[in-house]
Amino acid sequence: MDKFTELTAIAAPLLRINVDTDAIIPSREMKRVSKEGLGKGLFAGWRYTEPGSRNENPDFILNREPYRRAQILLSGANFGCGSSREHAVWALAEWGLRVIVAPSFGAIFYSNCVRNGILPIVLPDDRVQALAALVEEDPQANRIRVDLGDCVITGPDRLSDKFDINPSDREMLMEGLDAIAVTMKRDDEILAFQARDRLKRPWIYL
Amino acid sequence: MGQNIIEKLWATHSVADLGDGGHLIYIDRVFFHERTGSIALKGLEAAGRKVRNPEQVFGCMDHIVDTIPGRTDDTMVPGGSAFITTTREAAKAAGVNLFDLGDDRQGIVHIVSPEQGIALPGVTLVCPDSHTCTQGALGALAWGIGSTECEHAMATKTLVVQKPKFMRVRFEGQPGNGVTAKDMILFLIGRHTASGGVGYAIEFAGEAVRALPMEARFTLCNMGVEFGAWTCIIAPDQTTFDYVAGRPYAPEGPAWDQALAHWHTLPSDDDAEFDKEFVIDCAGIVPQVTWGTSPQHETGIDGSVPDPLDEPDPNRRQSIERALEYMDLKPGSRLEGLSIDSAFIGSCTNSRLSDLRNAAAILKGRKVAEGVKAICVPGSGQVKKAAEAEGLDRIFIDAGFEWREPGCSMCFFAGGENLGFEQRAVSSTNRNFENRQGPRTRTHLASPTTVAASAIRGCLTDVRKLEPASHG
Repeated sequence: MDKFTELTAIAAPLLRINVDTDAIIPSREMKRVSKEGLGKGLFAGWRYTEPGSRNENPDFILNREPYRRAQILLSGANFGCGSSREHAVWALAEWGLRVIVAPSFGAIFYSNCVRNGILPIVLPDDRVQALAALVEEDPQANRIRVDLGDCVITGPDRLSDKFDINPSDREMLMEGLDAIAVTMKRDDEILAFQARDRLKRPWIYL
Repeated sequence: MGQNIIEKLWATHSVADLGDGGHLIYIDRVFFHERTGSIALKGLEAAGRKVRNPEQVFGCMDHIVDTIPGRTDDTMVPGGSAFITTTREAAKAAGVNLFDLGDDRQGIVHIVSPEQGIALPGVTLVCPDSHTCTQGALGALAWGIGSTECEHAMATKTLVVQKPKFMRVRFEGQPGNGVTAKDMILFLIGRHTASGGVGYAIEFAGEAVRALPMEARFTLCNMGVEFGAWTCIIAPDQTTFDYVAGRPYAPEGPAWDQALAHWHTLPSDDDAEFDKEFVIDCAGIVPQVTWGTSPQHETGIDGSVPDPLDEPDPNRRQSIERALEYMDLKPGSRLEGLSIDSAFIGSCTNSRLSDLRNAAAILKGRKVAEGVKAICVPGSGQVKKAAEAEGLDRIFIDAGFEWREPGCSMCFFAGGENLGFEQRAVSSTNRNFENRQGPRTRTHLASPTTVAASAIRGCLTDVRKLEPASHG
């Protein structure tokens, strides 16, 4: 997994609420048993003129310069709601996005992000709107800076906001950790728990 | 201070407190399907890791398989057979259980798991599928995860989980005529939005929930994720225990007595606390239907499409405007009487035996309106067999419905079969997102009875107004 520490980048505003994972990566774009090759299907329903085609819709934000090089996405509440498909995150990452800023996120999507090197940042709606307005004035120059070490996001207006992220998610992103390897350091605890639990709840063990 | 049911399950399953609200949670059961589970199994294989306790891991083919009679590994979804064969091979190599094609237990994971007694009260269960919250209806802590977390659960028997906030939603009063669990959950989402439950584990309680039969409780919990919840749960009671008893994987004999004693301790204590509570008066609910592209875009069947100009919140106003354009609807137009092109009964929301019985009661002695494509997909091989034993298949077929093999089918368009470009569908499923059931297909979510009534009339129909059929 790619480590994430800090980033100063172009941000693309996609200020819609309830952007679901079907919109991020439609089912028809999940063509193989693979985490790869999904970037081209990102937002396919909005990005291309008709389903299944690769004719770009010039109005869609990620098809416009300089947003084609955006690494930060600004969006509305409940981003990533809906299906658990991790393909949504794999598609965002392959396209080149590293940070999603929204007032709230779908729970499974949020977990999938931190396991794939994408930082989800929760900010109040009015601040997301303000950042979007600043970016739109001059998207090339008005970049956003994110520092995961201090948990701070700084707008082109030099105003900084602290954001919350739980320590284990933060560590996973900053160190690019393999979560299974981290948990297996506690294998003795897991096995001891299981031995006790077998006696307490024997009907669980098929 | 007492504990709520979620806290009790949390305490029973916490292997380690990781600090700052994070816990290593013991996972009793893992379920998977061929779309997201195949990747998880392959991921483990590639990393050279083994499944710990493979006897407690179960899979189903449901997402990609065809549902037309006579199906094989080949699929209408381009390249879909690779998902099926990869899952089969990886499941065999890992030694996990699989309800494969040709097995009469095969079906949609969230139907099959409770049906087989794999999900039980008091267990933790995860599946790389967002509708895993369905199984919380048994009093289980069941939630959807991604494929990477599924690898973690299979390899370590645990997941790292942040303790959620607690919400209780009390459904009080008596739902009126024609009102089902589907209408109750759509009403909740319509009132409190699709993000109303974000950050919460939710207990559904109240006299109207207690009165629901088990299958309807699954429907209620199924759409908890459409409310934004991390998961939802219903305290187990006699209805639950009667449902679980005698199921293939359920405990029996002395083990049943021991389990039952434990299950009786699970309901929230009287003085348990919740961070938030909503109360819904069910007497005020009529059959519901969605008009837009989010489950929160919904109203009573007697209602009309909103005018975005009446919406003060700019985000919601924009979302309504986009939805009306996609759905080709005018502000203020009435929903009842809106012409439909297709009707679908199926999905993990509404494809259980009671759903099919309720729809069949409407369809008996009637015909689907001309020009309407109507499909019924039973949720599992067991549902299909039971429905056929009581002649429900004949009622559906005689009315003009297709009668299919079990699977997720038209709940989503995966590149193969779909409900048609710019066609209008009424559907017993859970998501009315853009392009969900086909390229630019316009989906209206409703209960199976509303879908059946609408199929007959050829338009969105208030099931309460349907004249009695002449049962010949």
